[in-house]
Amino acid sequence: MDTIQILFYALTVVALFSAIMVLVSKNPVHSVLWLIGVFFAISGHYILLNAQFLAIVNLIVYAGAIMVLFLFVIMLMNLNNQSEPQKHIWIKLAGAIAGGCFLMVLVSLVRQAVDLEHKSVLVGTGDIGLIRNLGKALFSDFVVPFEISSVLFLSAMVGAVVIGKKD
Amino acid sequence: MTLLAIDWALLIEKLVLIAVIVFASLGIALYTTFAERKVAAILQDRPGPNRAGPFGLLQPFADGLKLIMKEEIIPNTSNKILFILGPALAMTAALMTCAVIPWSSHVELFGRKIDLQVADINIGILYIFGVVSIGVYGIMIGGWASNNKFSLMAALRGASQAISYELAMGLSLIAVLMISGSLSLKTIVEQQMAPGHFWNIVYQPLGFLLFFVCALAECNRTPFDLPEAENELNFGYHQEYSSMKLGFYLFAEYVNMIMSSAVMACLFFGGYDVPFLDESALAPNIAAIIGVAALLVKIIIFIFIFMWIRWTIPRFRYDQLMNLGWKTMVPLALVNMLATAAVILWRAGV
Repeated sequence: MDTIQILFYALTVVALFSAIMVLVSKNPVHSVLWLIGVFFAISGHYILLNAQFLAIVNLIVYAGAIMVLFLFVIMLMNLNNQSEPQKHIWIKLAGAIAGGCFLMVLVSLVRQAVDLEHKSVLVGTGDIGLIRNLGKALFSDFVVPFEISSVLFLSAMVGAVVIGKKD
Repeated sequence: MTLLAIDWALLIEKLVLIAVIVFASLGIALYTTFAERKVAAILQDRPGPNRAGPFGLLQPFADGLKLIMKEEIIPNTSNKILFILGPALAMTAALMTCAVIPWSSHVELFGRKIDLQVADINIGILYIFGVVSIGVYGIMIGGWASNNKFSLMAALRGASQAISYELAMGLSLIAVLMISGSLSLKTIVEQQMAPGHFWNIVYQPLGFLLFFVCALAECNRTPFDLPEAENELNFGYHQEYSSMKLGFYLFAEYVNMIMSSAVMACLFFGGYDVPFLDESALAPNIAAIIGVAALLVKIIIFIFIFMWIRWTIPRFRYDQLMNLGWKTMVPLALVNMLATAAVILWRAGV
């Protein structure tokens, strides 16, 4: 085992443990904080792949912005153990089975994917995740979808303002 | 030993550097609290703290001792783990910024070339943004875990202030990045040092002004210090905190001030550059020492301006704060960004 493998397993353990804690925690605020832990671990994985830009943007956007909004909503609505409706055991069971089926579909897909067959991960050497290459790809090859997605965001913003203005 | 093929000398070098930088920042922050009281005293025409030691120089240690000795109260109904995590996060986030700041060029010791920067990553500025956005959690977790509605409201107020001004800060930075074409702080500083180039403040006066105002808001300094408005808003997110945990929150603010001053010096005022001096003609070690001194002088000047503003301008009302953030700062930053882009394109001859 070299250093990268040790780091990989350590980060994976952290990510999986935090992800399980997100589900197990009774308190929604704790869930959000564990989810932030997951994002940190995944950012660590990105850094192992030499995708520094993705790693830090993952932190800024997900951990820094979206999770703060989650926290805002949870804190303002004052959700806690008592106010959370207790679900019936059958619903929980159905959820577990449905989730398990979905997991099976995903795993079989990943195993059979042509793009992933006989490919190894570029650890620490790939440079597609660096900001220069990413920027060039986004603004030359993928410029139309990129700009269209920005229009999508704008319409989402306008929609949010319209909904917020309505009394 | 193939298990851990690490460059141990590099590891030790970085650990020493981290230790020195962290302790130096804490030491400077300690004396910044003293300087704050002295500056306030001078501006208000009174002597200020002058009892502990000569000229009151031991006052920060007396303050620290007092905070540690105070009874530590953790409210019964609070969430204990998060209550402790809050100040720890605030302090950690404040100190983490120093990893990407280039404190000077490099020194040569024991035949090794040692960069006086912990990590020269090619996303330096984004890293700072990441850390700043994590800093919001210190405020929010502390306020929520106190289980007090005033703390919670203040935490939400503080967090929304931080988020609002992060936006304008980012936009004003994009203009600087367009000029330098790099996200690495070291590269940005070296570009400003290169002969024939001026400091970025010459190219980006409006960008600097916007960044400075946003830095005031991010550090919760007056006129944006609503999170600690004890007289009209019933104090801030740290209302339930006592003893050294309160001390950590207040101390983190001073560390933040130092770090944002260092970032501003690097981005707009040439970092460790001394104007009208050719550093490359000097021996590397001497140049490095002069560089550290130059950066420290710039940081101290910025900190003094922070304090000067604090004791001169009254604080904003909350709606004024939000209006300024969203209706003045963001549009101005956008205009600044577009104008910079236009000039760059025009000069490139497109």
